[in-house]
Amino acid sequence: MDANYGTLDSEAGLNNLEFTVLVGLGSFMAGFLGALTGLGGGVVLVPLLTLVFQVDIRYAVGASLVSVIATSSGAAVAYLKDGFSNIRIGMFLEVATTIGALFGAFLAARVSTAAIGVVFGLVLLYSGYTASRPQVEVPTSEPPDPLATRLGMNGVYPSLTGPRAYYVHRVPAGFGLMFGAGTLSGLLGIGSGAVKVLAMDRCMGIPFKVSTTTSNFMIGVTAAASAGVYLNRGYVDPGLTMPVVLGVLAGSLAGARMLARTKTQQLRWVFAAVIVALGGEMLYGAFAGKI
Amino acid sequence: MFRKSDWTDQKIEVVIANLLRAGVTLAAGVVLAGGVVFLVRHGFTPTKYRAFAGEPSDLREWKGIVRSALKLRGRGIIQFGILCLIATPVARVAFSGVAFALERDWLYVGIASAVLAVLMYSLLGT
Repeated sequence: MDANYGTLDSEAGLNNLEFTVLVGLGSFMAGFLGALTGLGGGVVLVPLLTLVFQVDIRYAVGASLVSVIATSSGAAVAYLKDGFSNIRIGMFLEVATTIGALFGAFLAARVSTAAIGVVFGLVLLYSGYTASRPQVEVPTSEPPDPLATRLGMNGVYPSLTGPRAYYVHRVPAGFGLMFGAGTLSGLLGIGSGAVKVLAMDRCMGIPFKVSTTTSNFMIGVTAAASAGVYLNRGYVDPGLTMPVVLGVLAGSLAGARMLARTKTQQLRWVFAAVIVALGGEMLYGAFAGKI
Repeated sequence: MFRKSDWTDQKIEVVIANLLRAGVTLAAGVVLAGGVVFLVRHGFTPTKYRAFAGEPSDLREWKGIVRSALKLRGRGIIQFGILCLIATPVARVAFSGVAFALERDWLYVGIASAVLAVLMYSLLGT
């Protein structure tokens, strides 16, 4: 693969028009597969831009953050109609994710681009690993956290057998994990949905459907917190961000539309394999001094 | 033990979600329009994203971006669309705060205000 990179290198003489078309197509595919598999396209955007198009990782992260905001806000309507999301859980945890996102954006300006590449590679490998495993509900017999009750987080969600009540557990630990998810989001320009769902499912014992939809809501707010810092620092380039945002947005809308008519399990495997491969490339690129 | 206002919450959120979608549509339209202007004028200029230089100051903070967009510069218009996009979730948090106030849930008015403060600091502060 390495030899092919040269052809798309910006120093190989791509002009703005060619670059816009190619990046737009790539972003469309990322958004399309991300929506179709439910894994999110953000995680493959930065590797695509840095490894294939040789874009500086700081510009790539800035563009990716903006596109994460677009897809998260654009998808909110579909998620809300089902009645699964819990805005109190979301709002409370956003305190942690937005502060984490500021911290991540702060770190991004201080660590080397190679270090960002290494962290990104590891996150890709982890995302690929979790994506390839089946999603299982973790039953919990622990008593509800009194703090969750005070914060009014326990709720009800619609199920086949009528409304079902759920309780929220281990609020402080979940809050801490969410700070970590926010930091990764601000450092890498991803939605870090995988970490958010981990915190809510595994740690706080929130039902899977509630945690996924609530996490989608939080992703846009979290990304906005770091996108502001990136914009102020001059890391958001309009010429680069334009095809990325429009491509990802169009791709994710098309993917969501096709979702009802497609069997996604095999596609999930393929996309997970792509993510793992990109993770390996990212680590290699970082250690070889290419990022 | 459970909150009583589940379904009012739900209605408010659906309204907010529709506003969000309108915001994203509008922002995407502005970005697209700016992109057309940019490509018509600079389509055949070579790209320069490999070496990091950072954006000029008029594409970094909102006053400069608005000024640049009003001069109908392609990059300025795109950046203004991006600014609208970043503002969309910020508006969502603000609306949620208002909704909590209508429900007289002062604890969550406080929590929403804290999130809003972090977002405003990020967007305007640095």
